[in-house]
Order: sequence, then C-alpha cells, then structure tokens
Amino acid sequence: MSFHPKMAYGATFHKSSRALEDEGPAFVYTPENRARFDEIVKRYPPDRRRSAVLPALYLAQYQQGYITANAIRHVAELLGITRADVEDVVSFYTMFYTRPMGTFVLQVCRTLSCAINGAECVTEALVEKLGITPGETDPTGTFTLLEVECLGACDRAPVVMVNDAWHESLKPEDAGTLIDDLRARGDAALSGCHHVVERKS
Amino acid sequence: MDPILTKYVREPNSFTLDFYLQHAGYDALKLALTKKPDEIIEMVKASGLRGRGGAGFPTGMKWQFVDKKIEPRYIACNADESEPGTFKDHLLMERNPHLLIEGCAIGCYAIGAKVAYIYIRGEFIHVQHVLERAIDEAYARGFLGKNILGSGFDCDVYVHRGAGAYEAGEETALLESLEGKRAQPRNKPPFPALVGLYNKPTAVNNVETLCNVPLIVSKGPEWYAALGPEKNGGPKLYCVSGHVKRPGVYEASMKITLRELIEGHAGGVRDGHTLKAVIPGGSSVPILLPDQLDTQASFDGIQKAGSLLGSAAIVVLDETTCMVWLAENLLHFYRHESCGKCTPCREGTDWLHQILHRIERGEGQMQDIDLLQSVAGNIAGKTLCAFGDAAATPVLTTLKHFRHEYEAHVKEGKCTLPAPWRARHPVGAH
Ligand SMILES: Cc1cc2nc3c(=O)[nH]c(=O)nc-3n(C[C@H](O)[C@H](O)[C@H](O)COP(=O)(O)O)c2cc1C
Ligand code: SF4
Ligand code: FES
Repeated sequence: MSFHPKMAYGATFHKSSRALEDEGPAFVYTPENRARFDEIVKRYPPDRRRSAVLPALYLAQYQQGYITANAIRHVAELLGITRADVEDVVSFYTMFYTRPMGTFVLQVCRTLSCAINGAECVTEALVEKLGITPGETDPTGTFTLLEVECLGACDRAPVVMVNDAWHESLKPEDAGTLIDDLRARGDAALSGCHHVVERKS
Repeated sequence: MDPILTKYVREPNSFTLDFYLQHAGYDALKLALTKKPDEIIEMVKASGLRGRGGAGFPTGMKWQFVDKKIEPRYIACNADESEPGTFKDHLLMERNPHLLIEGCAIGCYAIGAKVAYIYIRGEFIHVQHVLERAIDEAYARGFLGKNILGSGFDCDVYVHRGAGAYEAGEETALLESLEGKRAQPRNKPPFPALVGLYNKPTAVNNVETLCNVPLIVSKGPEWYAALGPEKNGGPKLYCVSGHVKRPGVYEASMKITLRELIEGHAGGVRDGHTLKAVIPGGSSVPILLPDQLDTQASFDGIQKAGSLLGSAAIVVLDETTCMVWLAENLLHFYRHESCGKCTPCREGTDWLHQILHRIERGEGQMQDIDLLQSVAGNIAGKTLCAFGDAAATPVLTTLKHFRHEYEAHVKEGKCTLPAPWRARHPVGAH
C-alpha cells in the first residue's frame, strides 16, 4: 500500500523514470576545455575535486551539445569519482541534456508571474509556429521547445531563454516574429536581460 | 527612504570597479580590516540585520554560531534565487557586483574564513559573467587574494554555477550541490555553522544579506537599525510582479506598507481591474486579501497578518485569476522541483498536482476537495526540509480563502474563471 491510502504510487511522473544516456562518440575535452577544467578544479580543496562536477559537465555539454555516457566517463576519470556519481548528478539537474537539442533551445517560463502575463499563449503561439510540442525538436534540428519554471526575472514577464541568452516581455503575438528573427539573425534577435537594456536607453 | 543598495543600478557603468571606487566602494572593507573580527560580528548583531533569503534569521547570530575552533571555515553565498516571484539578487549582482564581493570579503574576515563560494543559479549565466569580471578586477587591485590591502588577511571568492534545481537554494542542499552531489538537503542539526561545506563550519548567506554588511560597517549599526522598524532594520528590496502596471525591484524601508508598494511604486493593478489577492513573499507563503493591504511589509508585520515576508516576492493577482488554476500552476512547480528525498513531498506534490489538474479541468468531484486538504495536510510538517510546507501552502491557503471556487469548478464541470491571458488549449498541463 502506498503512503496515502487513496493514492497510488507513480501514476504519471516520477523522478526515477528519467532515462539513462546514449553511449555517444568517443569523448575527451578539447585542449582549451582541458585547460579550463584544470583551472576550475583549483578552486576546490585538493581532496574535494568532486566539487567541480557541475562545471566539468558544463564544459562537456558546451563542447558536444549534450551529455553522453562517454562524456560522463571522461569527467568521472578526471575527477576521480565513479561513473555512477556523475550519472547521479546528470540525471538530477535539469540543465544537463542527455539527447541532442536544436540549435536554439527555447525555454519558456511557465510559472505564476509569467503565466498570468500570457506565457501560456506564448507557448501556444510557438507550438503553432514550429509544429512541435514542449519537449520536442523540430525536424530541421533548429528549435527545441521547453517549458521551464521561474527564471528569476518575473518583472519582465513572460520570459523566454534562448540557449544562454534572454528575451523578456515577449508578447504572444510577437512569438512568431521572434522565430523568424532567430532564423535570420541568431542571438542578435533577442532583447537580452533588461538591466542591460535599460542601460542602453 | 532613498535607495541605497540599488542607488546606482541605472547608471551605465555601475558594475565597474572604477565606478564603485568613485562612490566610496571598498571603504567598508578598509575600515573592517582595522577592526577585530569579533567587533564586526558585534556590529552586525547590533544592526539587527536579518537574512534576506527567506527565513529572516539574524545574520550576526549566525556568524557568531560559526565554530571558530575549527579550520578552515567557509562562506557560501546563496545566489540560487529560484523562489517564484523573486528577482532582486539578479539585479544586485548584475548591476552592483562589487557590493556583493565586498560583503563576501568582510563576511570572511568576520568569521575567519579564507574562501567564499557564490552559488549562482545556472540560468543566470549573463550575471555570472558580470560577477566574474568584477572578481577579476577586485583581484587585480588587491581587494581579494593574498594579504588584502596589506592587512595580512587572505580571501578568495569563486563563483559556482548551479544547473537548474530550485532545491539547491535550501542551505544544506546548496552545500551538497557545492560538494558535487545532488541538491538534496541534510538533516539538521547539525547546522552549517558547525558542520557545513566539507564538514567544516560554514555561514550560508543570501546575496542581499551580504550586500547589507558593507553598509553596516561604514555607517554604523545604529544608523542601519534606525532605517526600519524595530528588529526590521536596514533597506529592503521588494520584487513586485504579476498584475501591476510597473513591475520591478523597489528598495524601501520596512516601514512601508504593501499598499504603498503595490499602489505607489508599482502603479497599482491594470486599469479596469480590481485586486483579488496578494502573495507577499514568494510562491510558498499564504495569500493576503485586499483588506490587508495596509499591513507593514516587514518580517514581523507580514507575519502578524498571517503570512510571511519570505524573499519579499510580492505577486499581485487581479480578479481574472482563478485560484484553482493558481494552485495547479504552483503545484506544477513544486512537483517538478521536489528533490525526491522524502516520500510525503516527492509523492504528495505529484498527487496534489493530479487532483488540482482534474478539478481545474472540471473533472473533479466534491470529495477531491477534501482529498486535497488531506494530502496537503500529510505533507506539511512531515518533511526533511521546509519545501514540504511550502508546497502544501498554495493548496491550503487557496482552500481556506477560495473554497467556493473549488466547489464551483466541480459543480459546473469546468473552469469557472477562464482568464483571457490563458491559452485556448494549454499544452503544458499534463
Ligand atoms: C526550498 C527552499 C529554497 C530556498 N531557496 C533559496 C534561494 O533561492 N535563495 C536564498 O537566498 N535562500 C533560499 N532559501 C533559504 C536558505 O535555506 C537559507 O535560509 C538562506 O540562504 C540563508 O541566508 P540568509 O540568512 O542570508 O537569508 C531556501 C530555502 C528553502 C527551504
Ligand atoms: S521536503 Fe521535498 S525538497 Fe525537501 S528534502 Fe524532502 S523531498 Fe526534498
Ligand atoms: S515567473 Fe517567469 S521569470 Fe519568474
């Protein structure tokens, strides 16, 4: 019997249901990334190299686009921990991707302040424009659409992150234009973080 | 009160060291290094500074509890800023990064630490770049590193990037994450002040908290305390978002009322709309109603009114907001963010979301409403960290004040308040 007599376990969603990674191609850091890694590891006590696992995984993800079992093995060897230790971390944190993503990963904030300012309609417009639902990548491999939780910029709702860059106060009616702009101009199409925008105006 | 922490944030170069030095930057660090570490802790205690991360615990006391017999000690600055509705640390770090660095250095000096790690949420990559540039500048001019300003005091500050986990904001989960593990909390006690990062004494302080420390050192604890009501001293940053005309970060004395913040600074609700409810401290605190707007927006004032100031994230909701939908939206967040370490929270948040989802869609039954109450009641107070209470709150508080909306959904078999800002066919709800 489950913890609450009227509710069954794991009916729709469960953390443990997350899938394991692809094997992927052989992986080692590029010399630049290796140098960067060696630099980062020095920030932590010598017997605490494991602390560098998040930065090390970011380096792998930037290098290869997503995290594979081979990348995990490389990171584990460099840090002197087990593959399972690294896998554990990869599966827990949502910013690590374990499958190839589009050139532009669109992350629409869906939490309260964005939602009441039209984030649902933004997502709906993007779904219509791209012909994919959240979680999917379009057939050309250009766009991946994701819904994420509060991004910490709720005063400029609705907020969308595109890869590492930000686009704020996106009206649903402008969502289609943003896609066209991204195709044409890349990251330059984005409004950026408002603190910087205001500085310009 | 005129802004202090955010006074220069609209200036073009406010984030540069030159600008900071032109405006008395690092003077507090210089002054601090002429005093004994204990004196700094006494000053912070006397100022009454309370933690700005959510709990409002006195910072001076936290620093005093740090076990000074054990080496090394650490500061872990909490820059995870993931409580829905909160965006103040974002502004501080991006536009005034040297203030945080100065606060970290003084904090390290006070508790006898040599290293501060700033744990920043992964999405703030643009902020991280600003912060890292500022840290490089501070090293280059001798405000960080070895033998700072000839005092013999060494201090390193590093930025550590998180990777998308709300729970990493909980102080012991943050330490686990910093150690390279899942962001899952530890049992308390022992508290981080005794057994923290790498099992060493550690002070975990929020960004805004540390940004207040240079002020206290340079202007004195009495001046600082007098800025606000008793036990609620100093300047406070408020994040106002939702259905207001001018959402944003507003800095004020905690003498200010919610009405002054919402109707004054933020311009009130949009024209033609009326206020329905206010969440005064982030998604995890009880709702306040329009007749409570004259509440003082201090830690103690909001608590007296039956809620919590939390991270000072004020989310304003107008009459278009369906409260069942609101609870569903927030439980989607909590279900997603539960770290999975304890059963009531891991399973309970999923269950709450399921039930809310069917009620919101008009597929619920009357007994579902009691079931919600029962499941939420079985999470609150029964979990390892405060996340459990936080997750139960949106359900319990909407049931308390808006039970009739739940009943109407069941009776009419549909959402009785479909807002114009909602999608016709919401895709995310699953
Ligand atoms: C689930 C949960 C999430 C939290 N998230 C944050 C956060 O994002 N930022 C923060 O400063 N404190 C957060 N806290 C509060 C911290 O646990 C801790 O109290 C705070 O960092 C202490 O700093 P302060 O005393 O300066 O406020 C969170 C607490 C809980 C229970
Ligand atoms: S209450 Fe939730 S978030 Fe906190 S430790 Fe338990 S499962 Fe994790
Ligand atoms: S709710 Fe979208 S950024 Fe906070």
